[in-house]
Amino acid sequence: MSESHGLDDPEIVEEELDILIIGGGMAACGAAFEITRWAEGTGLRIKLVDKAALSRSGAVAMGLSAINTYVGENDPADYVRYVRNDLMGIVREDLVYDVGRHVDDSVHNFEEWGLPIWKQPGDEGKPLRDGGKPVRSGHWQIMINGESYKWIVAEAAKKSLGQDRIQERVFIVRLVTDKNDPTRVAGAAGFSVREHKVYIYRFKCCLLVCGGAVNVFRPRSVGEGTGRAWYPVWNAGSTYAMAAECGAELTMMENRFVPARFKDGYGPVGAWFLLFKAKVANGMGEDYNAIHGAELKDTKRFGKYGQGVPGTCLRNHLMLNEMKEGRGPIIMDTATAMKTFAEKMTPKEVKHLEAEAWEDFLDMTISQCGIWAGENIEPDKTPSEIMPTEPYLLGSHAGCAGIWVSGPTDLPGTPKEWNWGYNRMSTVKGLFSAGDGVGASGHKFSSGSFTEGRIAAKAMVKFAIDNKGWKPEMERTRDELVAEIYRPVKTFVQYKDYTTAIDINPHYITPKMLQFRLQKIMDEYVAGVATFYQTNAKMLEMAEKKLVMLREDSLKMRAKDLHELLRAWENYHRILTAEAHMRHIQFRQETRYPGYYYRTDHNYIDDENWKCFVNSRYDRNTGSWELKKVAHKHLIKD
Amino acid sequence: MPTYVRTDKCDGCKGQEKTACMYICPHDLMLLDLDGSKTGHPMKAYNQEPEQCWECYSCVKICPQNAIEVRHYADVVPLGAQVQPLRGTDAIMWTIKFRNGNVKRFKFPIRTTAEGSIDPYRGKPTADMAEIERHDLLFTRQTHKADPSQFLE
Repeated sequence: MSESHGLDDPEIVEEELDILIIGGGMAACGAAFEITRWAEGTGLRIKLVDKAALSRSGAVAMGLSAINTYVGENDPADYVRYVRNDLMGIVREDLVYDVGRHVDDSVHNFEEWGLPIWKQPGDEGKPLRDGGKPVRSGHWQIMINGESYKWIVAEAAKKSLGQDRIQERVFIVRLVTDKNDPTRVAGAAGFSVREHKVYIYRFKCCLLVCGGAVNVFRPRSVGEGTGRAWYPVWNAGSTYAMAAECGAELTMMENRFVPARFKDGYGPVGAWFLLFKAKVANGMGEDYNAIHGAELKDTKRFGKYGQGVPGTCLRNHLMLNEMKEGRGPIIMDTATAMKTFAEKMTPKEVKHLEAEAWEDFLDMTISQCGIWAGENIEPDKTPSEIMPTEPYLLGSHAGCAGIWVSGPTDLPGTPKEWNWGYNRMSTVKGLFSAGDGVGASGHKFSSGSFTEGRIAAKAMVKFAIDNKGWKPEMERTRDELVAEIYRPVKTFVQYKDYTTAIDINPHYITPKMLQFRLQKIMDEYVAGVATFYQTNAKMLEMAEKKLVMLREDSLKMRAKDLHELLRAWENYHRILTAEAHMRHIQFRQETRYPGYYYRTDHNYIDDENWKCFVNSRYDRNTGSWELKKVAHKHLIKD
Repeated sequence: MPTYVRTDKCDGCKGQEKTACMYICPHDLMLLDLDGSKTGHPMKAYNQEPEQCWECYSCVKICPQNAIEVRHYADVVPLGAQVQPLRGTDAIMWTIKFRNGNVKRFKFPIRTTAEGSIDPYRGKPTADMAEIERHDLLFTRQTHKADPSQFLE
């Protein structure tokens, strides 16, 4: 702690840079790797700020058991077909293709840096780059020993950028536009979660990569289990909120991901489905996919999307129907799958198979092992329950919420409206994103996010060089920013002695209670688990009023220490993100993603009117949102 | 399963530059109670917000005293089980104790290179500034082969 600066009197640290990377996850690490090479000899001043510690920050902090995007023997165009099918036809194919053509090199680098990647028999020890054949758990996925995945990638990022250009435990909470050009970003402000310091950076451009949004909806577990979100609980929607408040256009914020996972622990099912070929059944033991799968062929409701391989949301839809009709619980027969697999194996191989099944969880969802151990479940002996989770907003996994960005210029047929300059730059000049931040282009996963960070980093160097003579001037003063950022602390100090109980005070609200209020609104009105993911125009109208009041009340959040100040700002970001999600669902008058959410007043896919992007823009001065349709186009053949 | 810190093992990372768990927690949960005013245990760490714990085990794995363990979420999981790792330089060992007393042990590799040995640009080309506007290339020039006939136009 800085001795001379107390809780409500922070020291102010100002720095002028050329490029600021905001975030520390896979996209930020990819940016660090690529940017240093392009910036060599340019004299550009670059910094990365992370609200946590780089070795274990972002969605890959715990590790992963697979890399979900490795193109390998496929063509990048196949990757586009797979992504657009899973996301119900509407993706920016230019952005998806761009990730697909560059992603394998990133994976090859991970392997060189020390990430163990499973190989097929006979290819053990042969690197992917030299033609070593990976063990695929699906068409696009490869299996890894990924406990230290982020640790390894972070080491490479630190070595690339240099430790002196990385600032950990600083949470950037606000972007600031340029004084002379409101369509341009000029700076960012935040605070240290360790010392009483406010940080203000001025720059030519920044990469906003702070992950997706978790705990926006009321989670299924509300006690200690609140933290057991499927996606990382520290992803607070900061990417979307900061971009929106800076005036950037968002896209497809109506999209969400509701993964069906092992109940309560949210352990991965991918390897069980794809690698072990496990079957699911309803509570009566029926193969409901076989019995009811044909319902997806109803073109009036599902358009053409139920004809081929159903997207993830449609598979969820069939599962939800069973639960709604009282035919739950949904059970995955892990035991039979393992038994069938083991039949042709030696006892040693069976033992190895069992270890692989456990590793799938120990590498990325350790809690699931805890739950199984607590309930005496051994997956090779006892089947397990599957359940769709609460909704998540993200742009890198199987979802496509995010920022509307400029794409590559070299792909045939790309509409001119999709490039306005630099690759992965938003509609705000100098504001770039990647990973969970970039919308309309999901299924990047860890490797694709790292790769998209690289793509953006290269473009940012060009931007910074092109703007060498430009001097950022922030539209807001230092004092305004400090007052705003530390407002929750001031509120606490001013009113804390009004009552005897620190948490109950008419002058303020704790960040925790504000989060509960947000989650209650979203769960009950905006298609959370409470209504089986259903909503309609009237329910959304109610949500709108409640969310506006919640945003007003967010100004009365208190922070009794720096940890609570972190939570206060995270929850402020969650509100903005939630509002974007609600307004996009309100605007899109169809049900594009049955199984993720239902507009019960428009409970069908309507390609004629809604095969388009929905983009929104938030006006921070008036607190209002503008939404519009943006034309969609396919670039790749069917 | 939020983390808990054992009073008999935690030494607050005395004599070290950083308190390891506090340094690494991605969600700012682990806190060193310097004077014992929060927990009654001076110079020991604790989880200040257990209901926000993702159970990522980052603190468990990094603790030099193996003082951090996990008691699975009380609102979800029956008591009595434990999942505990021991992370080494190239492998991690897991011990899973079931509620009924069964025990499973697993060991998995975690990396194939020595910690700290990564040289990210070894054998890589330098960036060619003449290519900075080319979207089909990153500095490593390892773009995937692609069939241009897959495009509609």
